[in-house]
Amino acid sequence: MVWSIDNEKCLRCGTCVSVCPIIALDLKERGIICDKTKCTLCNNCSKACPVKAIKVEK
Amino acid sequence: MLKNEYDIVVVGAGPGGSITAMHLAKKGFKVALLEKRQEIGAPKRCGEGLPLTADEIIKLGVPDFCKRQDINGAIVAAPNGKTITVNMGKLAGHVVERKDLDKWLAFEAARAGAYVQAKTEAIDVIKENDYITGVRVSYENEEHDIKCKILVAADGIESVISRKAGLNTTNQLLDVESGFQFEMANVKIDDPMKLQLFFGKDIAPRGYIWIFPKGKDIANVGIGIAPSSESARYYLEKWIESKPEIFGNASIIEVNAGGIPVGGLLENMVLNGFATVGDAAHQVNAIHGGGLHESTTAGRILAGVIERCIKKNDVSQEALSEYNKLWWEERGNRLQKVQKLRELFDKLNDADMNTIAGSVNGDDLLNLARGSKAIGLGKLLLRNPRLLGLMKHFL
Repeated sequence: MVWSIDNEKCLRCGTCVSVCPIIALDLKERGIICDKTKCTLCNNCSKACPVKAIKVEK
Repeated sequence: MLKNEYDIVVVGAGPGGSITAMHLAKKGFKVALLEKRQEIGAPKRCGEGLPLTADEIIKLGVPDFCKRQDINGAIVAAPNGKTITVNMGKLAGHVVERKDLDKWLAFEAARAGAYVQAKTEAIDVIKENDYITGVRVSYENEEHDIKCKILVAADGIESVISRKAGLNTTNQLLDVESGFQFEMANVKIDDPMKLQLFFGKDIAPRGYIWIFPKGKDIANVGIGIAPSSESARYYLEKWIESKPEIFGNASIIEVNAGGIPVGGLLENMVLNGFATVGDAAHQVNAIHGGGLHESTTAGRILAGVIERCIKKNDVSQEALSEYNKLWWEERGNRLQKVQKLRELFDKLNDADMNTIAGSVNGDDLLNLARGSKAIGLGKLLLRNPRLLGLMKHFL
């Protein structure tokens, strides 16, 4: 069960945050952060990401 | 510096936030406009087209330093390569530099009397007795509580503050377009005054690729697609590779991404002491993905409602819901029609699009994108049962 982001690919657009149903994600100045205690690994974020920077492994 | 109390705090200095703050400041209210990013307008998330119909911005007199290219129409390419030229008069709009446009709108908010502060992040709302009464912000590693009569969240597609306040602005996966764009130099452009749009399920599933000229050889080249197994970036790069006649000698000057909330208009955009505006409220034209006109129109409407609410000392959800009513009358109902058209567009295959492109003219396309009926299309449908079946729910 792992959520991970490749910050080399991420363009800090916030699209993933907008589809996160439980607001586990947030866009900070330094990039996307994930509250892994909330994340349910639903995979919406990785599907919506325009550059596929997010990986969710169940 | 930032004070600890305002009449209104606006979170997010995109066009919707800046216009709302500007109108409120002009009405004499004490307004703070906060932007979490270090630089207002950057990084941008937009194709940068500013139509003259975006009158809330145009009537302020867009300065030349924001404009890159005048536009008089568009060239739309069907999957089979057939193009339709849409002529939109002498001047239909501009391709702008969004960083400059957003900054200028923040200047205008500041000149009107709003206090604007960048690199200041709203991290939560403050609630008392079921009313939003302020916002907790963070800057330079310190947290501050700021009180306000009304909190406006113009917090973009992420809409974290709107959601923490209690509105369900989360995008359903199918209601979001995944967008990606390059600013490119040394692009071969035949007519810089025309936007170029390219359609086809293989090149841009449920969306399109655009070339928006920003000069005779500079362009914003982007794509918006439905979330899929491959990324928006993958599709755009593949298409650029396939067009050496346009991009053979082109360079990449800037790389940006952005999501577009093309579905799920909100029936309710207010709570006690709270309202949301712009991308956060999904105020976007679902066909072309543009939100400049929508967010700024909503900002003007919202500022008027807030003025009336504060003057009669009633900032309840019920009083603020005049914003819902007025916005739905002026924009919402039309945008909902455009969304229906988009749902129909999703069902078209490449052959359908080629058939349509073979039968309609530029005026028809323009009417469709604006949510009006297209006469040429009606004639086509009478001859084509499959398309008529698909479209009967729309027409």
